[in-house]
Amino acid sequence: MDLVINNSPQEALYTKHLTHAGMWSGVISRGKTLRLTDLIGGANVGVLLYNASVLTERYNLPDTLKGQHIFYLRHPYCLHSDMGRIIASITADTVGWHDTVCGCSDAKLVATKYGIKNYQTARNDWYRNARDCFLIELAKWGLGPRDLIPNLNLFSKVVSDEAGKLSFVSHHSKPKDHIDLRFEMDTLVVLNTCQHPLDPDPVYHPRDVKLEVFRSEPPRDTDLCRNSRPENQRAFRNTEDYNLLRS
Amino acid sequence: MTTSTRDPNQAVYCHVIAAGDPWTYEIKQGQTLRIVDLEGNQAADTLFFDAKDPANRYSASDTIQRQGALYLSTGTTLYSQLGDSLLTIVADTCGRHDTLGGACSRESNTMRYAHEKEYMHACRDSFICGVHAFSPDLGKRDIAPNINFFMNVPVTPDGRLTFADGVSAPGYYVELIANRDVVCVISNCPQLNNPCNAYNPTPIEVIIWN
Repeated sequence: MDLVINNSPQEALYTKHLTHAGMWSGVISRGKTLRLTDLIGGANVGVLLYNASVLTERYNLPDTLKGQHIFYLRHPYCLHSDMGRIIASITADTVGWHDTVCGCSDAKLVATKYGIKNYQTARNDWYRNARDCFLIELAKWGLGPRDLIPNLNLFSKVVSDEAGKLSFVSHHSKPKDHIDLRFEMDTLVVLNTCQHPLDPDPVYHPRDVKLEVFRSEPPRDTDLCRNSRPENQRAFRNTEDYNLLRS
Repeated sequence: MTTSTRDPNQAVYCHVIAAGDPWTYEIKQGQTLRIVDLEGNQAADTLFFDAKDPANRYSASDTIQRQGALYLSTGTTLYSQLGDSLLTIVADTCGRHDTLGGACSRESNTMRYAHEKEYMHACRDSFICGVHAFSPDLGKRDIAPNINFFMNVPVTPDGRLTFADGVSAPGYYVELIANRDVVCVISNCPQLNNPCNAYNPTPIEVIIWN
């Protein structure tokens, strides 16, 4: 497995430290890279991605998997949209395996697994769930339940046996592990740090995560992500045609 | 493998979906839907919606998460993205069905095969017609990752995903009971570029009992 650590010397354009069940959404334009860093170890970051200009174009789980013949995400794979294009490329990754098939927690799962801690008694230490966090951030961009799609679960590893039974791999991500997403189109990013839905840890404990955004070079003809699969080369061409017609 | 004793002569509805065509139909709570792979190795790309709230639609990830397993077969309950139970598989002579592979589209065909394949008929075009038959207010936004009945997409323990030869054969079927009123949209897959339809799309039959 190639673990790529891109120690970018440049300064981040933007930095944000998420604590508790931290939520964030924003538009990151083409030519920028989002670095997510697991500060404590054992983080999970649920992520949804949409074309910022045409919000009906979004991350597509099946095309991402079948276009690259994979069941999980790592460098140098790419995140495909539902229009045959690349939304983002995984240009660096110290983790090596990120889940994208298990979805997100909801209120019922959180209450069953961790019990109930409400705002009235716990104030901002209350227990939140990933679906509600997604819906809260989506609403700020005019999106709602119709726009919920299978999400990324960055930093989490889930494996399948031959019969399709899934197992969560605990303690997968280590302190300071990070992943870089280089955006190939202007992208609405919606994320939260709620725990993975299959994490058997009985303790409610979303980990602190750092977000940084850097400027990045346009992908060259020799780019590792572009050339990782012939499918990705064709999807990059589709993306570049799209950006050319828009610019 | 679970067989059914339901008699097609007692059914309230019966229809053959021609190769490459869409189909849209409401299935009431308590009714049973059987999908029959008439000639074998034919992918039936399928979406389900809560009939009263199209935003409450079938979710592959919620279904996988709740059963802790990737493949669908007898005993699998299909969940919506809002956590509601839509249908349960009550009989299945095929043994396993895919919900990771999604549907083909003209755009994804350019990515997967070649730009020259863009003109070829694809499931998403059928799905768009199929959801419009449910409501003209619906569109691409409402087409989430689907079920591929009769399709075999094995995942290996080291995380590879492959499109294998079909596990289905002529006459194999799957049966689902509706746990609420649902609308079913099927694209009888027209794909000619991979083995999901054995390179020869064929008809499927849908049968409904009260």
